[in-house]
Amino acid sequence: MKIIVCVKQVPDAKDVRLDPKTNTLSREGVQAIMNPYDRHALEEAVRLKEQHGGTVTVLSMGPPQAEEMLREAVSCGADEAVLVSDRAFAGADTWATTYTLSQAIKKIDDFDLILCGKQAIDGDTAQVGPGLAERLDIPFVAYVRKINECTANTIQAERLMDDGYDLVEVPLPALFTVVKEINEPRIPSLKGKMKAKKIDITKLTAVDIEADLEQLGLKGSTTQVVKVFSPELKGARAMLGGTASEQVDQLYEKLSPLL
Amino acid sequence: MDYFLSEEQQMIVDVARQITDEMIVPQRAELDETEDYPRDILNAIAKADLYGLYIPEEYGGLGGGCFDIVLALEQFARGCTGVATAFAASALGAYPILISGSEELKQKYMPLIASGEKLAAFALTEANAGSDASGIQTTAVLDGDEWILNGTKQWITNAGEAQIYTVIAITDKSKGPRGATMFVVEDTDPGFSYGVKEKKLGIRCSSTRELIFKDCRIPKDRVIGRIGMGFITVMKTLDQSRPGIAILGVGLGQGALDEAVTYAKQRVQFGKPIISFQAVQHILADMAIQVEAGRALVYSAAKHIDAHKNDMSKASSMCKVFATDMAMKVTVDAVQVLAGYGYMRDYPVEKMMRDAKILQIYEGTNQIQRNVIGQELNKEYMRSS
Repeated sequence: MKIIVCVKQVPDAKDVRLDPKTNTLSREGVQAIMNPYDRHALEEAVRLKEQHGGTVTVLSMGPPQAEEMLREAVSCGADEAVLVSDRAFAGADTWATTYTLSQAIKKIDDFDLILCGKQAIDGDTAQVGPGLAERLDIPFVAYVRKINECTANTIQAERLMDDGYDLVEVPLPALFTVVKEINEPRIPSLKGKMKAKKIDITKLTAVDIEADLEQLGLKGSTTQVVKVFSPELKGARAMLGGTASEQVDQLYEKLSPLL
Repeated sequence: MDYFLSEEQQMIVDVARQITDEMIVPQRAELDETEDYPRDILNAIAKADLYGLYIPEEYGGLGGGCFDIVLALEQFARGCTGVATAFAASALGAYPILISGSEELKQKYMPLIASGEKLAAFALTEANAGSDASGIQTTAVLDGDEWILNGTKQWITNAGEAQIYTVIAITDKSKGPRGATMFVVEDTDPGFSYGVKEKKLGIRCSSTRELIFKDCRIPKDRVIGRIGMGFITVMKTLDQSRPGIAILGVGLGQGALDEAVTYAKQRVQFGKPIISFQAVQHILADMAIQVEAGRALVYSAAKHIDAHKNDMSKASSMCKVFATDMAMKVTVDAVQVLAGYGYMRDYPVEKMMRDAKILQIYEGTNQIQRNVIGQELNKEYMRSS
C-alpha cells in the first residue's frame, strides 16, 4: 500500500503572539512544530504500512526550514519525504495550496491513500484535505477516527460525528482527514532518527511540478486577508433561567432578531 | 556540563528524554501508588529501539556499549527509578548470555531481547545467598538430555514479567566456587513458577518476586558457558552492569535537583523566593556539585569499561558507590528544601528519596563494592611494589 501523508509546519500553539502593530502572527522566535493533527495522520499511515506493507511518503508545501519537520516525520516511520518549496508559493490560501499539492502528487503519481490532519492549528480552515481530494477527483472522508478494513481496492473507516460515527466504505485511491482520537502518535525511534539524518529529501519547485504560475501563491489565491484582529470582549451576557424548554424559548426569542 | 557526545549519543539522549518527559513523568506517581508494572512505557522504549542499545548488530541490536545504555538510563531514572530498574533488569538478565553464552544461545535469545519482544531477568539472590553468593542452595542435576532445577530465588527483578531468566545453580557442591553453573530458563518451562510480589519501600512499579523451581526440567543446551563457570559469569555480568545502577543515581539526583531548584524559585517566605536565602542556595549548590561529579565519574567508568573488558571491577564498583551514595544524600536534601511540601506525596521528592535507598543495596551493597575496590587496590599495589 502506498500512502502519502500531507504535513504542515505550524507555530507552536503554546507560544503564539500577535504583532500589536500589524495584527498578524508574529513568527519570530516562535518554535515551529509539525501540525499536531498531521502527526496522527502520519502515525496511522505508519501503522497501515506495518500491517499491510508498502511505503509512506510525507509531503509538505513550505519554506526550506520545513525540511526539519520532514526529517522528524522520517524518524517516526515515513520512508520518503518530499518538500515542495518555491518563492512563487508564498501567500497561498487553501485554493492555491490544494492546486500546488495536487500538482506535486500528480508528479509522485503512484498512491493508494492520502492522509491529512483534519485541519492545521494555525489557519484552522480544514479546507486543504477536502480541496485536495476534489482536485485529484478521488473519494474523501473527513474526521476519520478509525480505519477498520483495508483491501486492495477498498477501505472502510469510521467518521466521527457529534452524535456517534458513520461507517463509510470508499474505493481506493482515496483521501482521509483524521481526528486525534484515531491513535496515539509514537515517539521517534533511534533507528528512525539515524535514517532521518541521512535521508535525501526530494525538493520540488514550481517548475518541477509543472504548475501554472497564475494559480500559485498570492496570485492564485481567491481569499485575501484584509485584517487579523483579536475580537473585543464586550462583556454583555445574560443568564437564562427556568426549565430547559423555557430556556430554549427565551434563547429563540433573543436570537430571532439576528436571523 | 558539555560531555561532547557524538551525534548518535545525543540521539539516544533525545529519544530517552522524550519518552521520559512525555510518558514516565506523567505516570510515575500513579505507578508508585498502584505498583503496576509499566508495560506501555516499556513497549514505547522497545519501539524506540532502546532495548538493543548494548547488543551487537549481528544479534539485532545497535552495537553500542555500556556508555550508550548509561545515557538512556540516566534519562529514565530522572523520571522514575522504578521504570528505569524494570528496563535495566532485562539488560542484566541478558549479559550472562552475551558474555559467556554459546553462539546458538546468542542467536536464539539476543534478537528477542534486542527488540524488546521478550524481557530478561537475572537470578542470583536466594534467602541465604545475598552478598555471599557462595550460599546458593538451588541445584541443577543432569538427567539424560535435561537439567533438573530445584530451589528458590529471591527478590528477582522482572520476575513474572520476563520470559527469559538467567539463573545460577549449584551443579557440583564439592567443587565450591567452581561448582556453580548458569542456565537459561524460559517462563514456560515445566516446574517453574513465581512467588508473591514483594511490597517495597521504593521502585514500586518494578516487579520483585521469587522464582520457584520444583523439578524444573530444561534442555541440556541451556547451559550458559561451561559447566562450573557460573560464578565467573556472574562477576563479569555485575562488573558490566553496575555503571547502569550508578547512572540511576545520577538521573535520580538530577531529577531531585530539578525539583528542588524549581520549588526554591517559586516558594516565597519572608517576602522573597527561598532561593535568595544563602542557607537554601548552599544546599542546592552542594546538590549540583554532587550530581555533576557523579555524572562525570559514571561516564568515565562506562567509557573505561567499553575500552578495557578485562579491567572493569574497580571502575565499575567506584562509580556505583559514589553515584548511589550521592543519590541518597541529594534526594534527602531535596525533601529538606521542599520541607513540609516535600514530605507530602503531592510532590515527587519523597518518592525519589524512597527510590534512592535501593541503589545503595542492589547489585551488590555499597559495602561489598568497597570490598571489591579494596581488593583491587591491594592487587594493584602488589604489582607496582
